[in-house]
Amino acid sequence: MRRSSAKPSLWVLAVREREADVIVVGGGPAGLAAASSCKEAGLEVLLVEREGSLGGILPQCIHTGFGILETKEDYTGPEFAEMLEKRARDLGVEILLDSYVSRLSQVGGCGASIEVLSPRGVETMRASTLIFSTGCRERNAFEIGITGDRPAGVMTAGTAQALMDLYGLLPGREVVVVGSGDVGLIMSRRFALEGAKVKAVVEITRYPGGLTRNVVQCLEDFGIPMLLSHAVLEVRGRKRVESVVVSEVDEKQGPVPGTESEIECDTLVVAAGLVPEAGLLEKAGAKIDPLTGGPFVNEFLETSLRGVFACGNVLVVNDLVDHAVEQGRLCAMSAKSLIEGTMRRPSAWKRAVPGENVRFVVPHLFSGDRDTVFYSRVRSPMRDCSLSFNEIDKEVRIRAAMPAEMVRVRIEGSLLSGVGEALTFEVRGWPKGKRG
Amino acid sequence: MAERKERVTCIVCPVGCKIEVSVKDGEVLSVEGNACVRGVEYAKEECTSPKRVLTTLVSVRGGVLPVTSVKTTKPIPKELVSRAQWEISKVTLEAPVPIGKLVLGNLLGTGVDVVATRSVEARKAVGHR
Ligand SMILES: Cc1cc2nc3c(=O)[nH]c(=O)nc-3n(C[C@H](O)[C@H](O)[C@H](O)COP(=O)(O)OP(=O)(O)OC[C@H]3O[C@@H](n4cnc5c(N)ncnc54)[C@H](O)[C@@H]3O)c2cc1C
Ligand code: SF4
Repeated sequence: MRRSSAKPSLWVLAVREREADVIVVGGGPAGLAAASSCKEAGLEVLLVEREGSLGGILPQCIHTGFGILETKEDYTGPEFAEMLEKRARDLGVEILLDSYVSRLSQVGGCGASIEVLSPRGVETMRASTLIFSTGCRERNAFEIGITGDRPAGVMTAGTAQALMDLYGLLPGREVVVVGSGDVGLIMSRRFALEGAKVKAVVEITRYPGGLTRNVVQCLEDFGIPMLLSHAVLEVRGRKRVESVVVSEVDEKQGPVPGTESEIECDTLVVAAGLVPEAGLLEKAGAKIDPLTGGPFVNEFLETSLRGVFACGNVLVVNDLVDHAVEQGRLCAMSAKSLIEGTMRRPSAWKRAVPGENVRFVVPHLFSGDRDTVFYSRVRSPMRDCSLSFNEIDKEVRIRAAMPAEMVRVRIEGSLLSGVGEALTFEVRGWPKGKRG
Repeated sequence: MAERKERVTCIVCPVGCKIEVSVKDGEVLSVEGNACVRGVEYAKEECTSPKRVLTTLVSVRGGVLPVTSVKTTKPIPKELVSRAQWEISKVTLEAPVPIGKLVLGNLLGTGVDVVATRSVEARKAVGHR
């Protein structure tokens, strides 16, 4: 960069261009896995990350439960992140930190260019294949309809987690948590362990959103009460949160008049769900699935923009990092076959569609030419049931299906090839007395 | 000691059976409500000697971050968790902290160690040449 002659206090913005075989946007676990696999496959790959460090949200998830499927060992988030980062660095993946991708546009019929803002200036980068792994964002208090004052002390679980577990700051002493998914449960335990009082975990549905393991070890262990079928309606407080108003809700999740009560607290932690960070893809014209909030993809995890792939939480919110990593690897394999010209897209795709008690299915399109892994979630908890299909002879027994746990299934190409236009994923009760 | 009944939620699989265990003098007399045998072992252990892995933080002086995360290398008895948390919080490390660094050996006589789970580099001194 040069000093500006017009105004010496400013630098002249450098505008540069770059090219690579593959550009990976986002250096969380999915992006790191994708970039390493690309490099191993002999592709020239550039990993672009907006933060000053790699690993995405893992470095702030200090609990165990990471990498069990991938490594057969139980790591903490920061440990698993460092392993993924080390592998990428050892392989020599080129990494650009502090580099925010501000725009994506498709060029020609395939591939894309991105605009990157960083302390280096503004750069335009082009690649014939682009892998998107930008993760997800958290829904905030206003998005879930909490009204009232706007004092300090209202924050998302991720913010509270970063303050506490990266920066060593306790965000509050008396806490109410909204949402009983695993994120809310794990943050409740962190607050309790660090000496704060968690007054309640408020859950709008009739059942806990997270795994039983976390209900037991994060709430019951610490005597934290959970209010099921309850919602936080309002925040009260002048400078700092002083209390929140909660009430029971009916089946339609509307407040039941006369059931309101006030809980004193200085902090409201919102753990009310995650949304894929797919804004850049959407603006570039990628089709978005309203059921997942992520892009529509085919079995190569390619979005409706040719040569642009997606993996990890921007594709579908994963509860297991192992699945995000698996998706990253598949994107790398797809990039390789696209670049080498061996990718065969069928003339007509078959569709994977959600049926009874299934909220979504990813990928959305498949050819039937090969074995394909599908991810889905149930809408409501169900015991002794199975994932089944009307169109093919396959049934996977599930002892207990919970919305908190992704249902992953690999279906053989030999079965998929027999499907007509669509394959419907359904979770139904297992017939009494049937073996399986 | 009188016979006591304890209710535990099995966490071995997502079914989450509510199991009732009768205990007398530290001996398990009966286990009920488990849908499969795996629940028996879990419920017995959870009623007589429950254990947990503890993950928490330790202060770091002179690092790019003021804390590192730590874990017990094995599960420790549940009733020791808050004392362990207190012991661990008394430790301060000097940066750089490599991942896996031993933070405390033989935590409270359990034979379990506490190790760092995040590396923290030293803060670079600024302004001096
Ligand atoms: C509280 C919590 C607890 C969890 N517990 C577990 C668990 O116990 N076990 C488990 O297996 N999984 C767990 N998970 C899930 C797991 O962490 C995720 O599945 C995984 O992190 C997803 O990885 P990702 O790479 O898709 O996204 P992320 O980790 O979010 O990474 C995305 C990266 O993209 C970068 N980025 C975003 N936008 C841009 C842009 N425009 N330009 C450049 N870079 C960008 C971000 O900075 C970030 O580094 C947990 C998640 C949370 C939140
Ligand atoms: S008892 Fe068996 S079926 Fe019931 S939760 Fe435990 S492991 Fe699962």
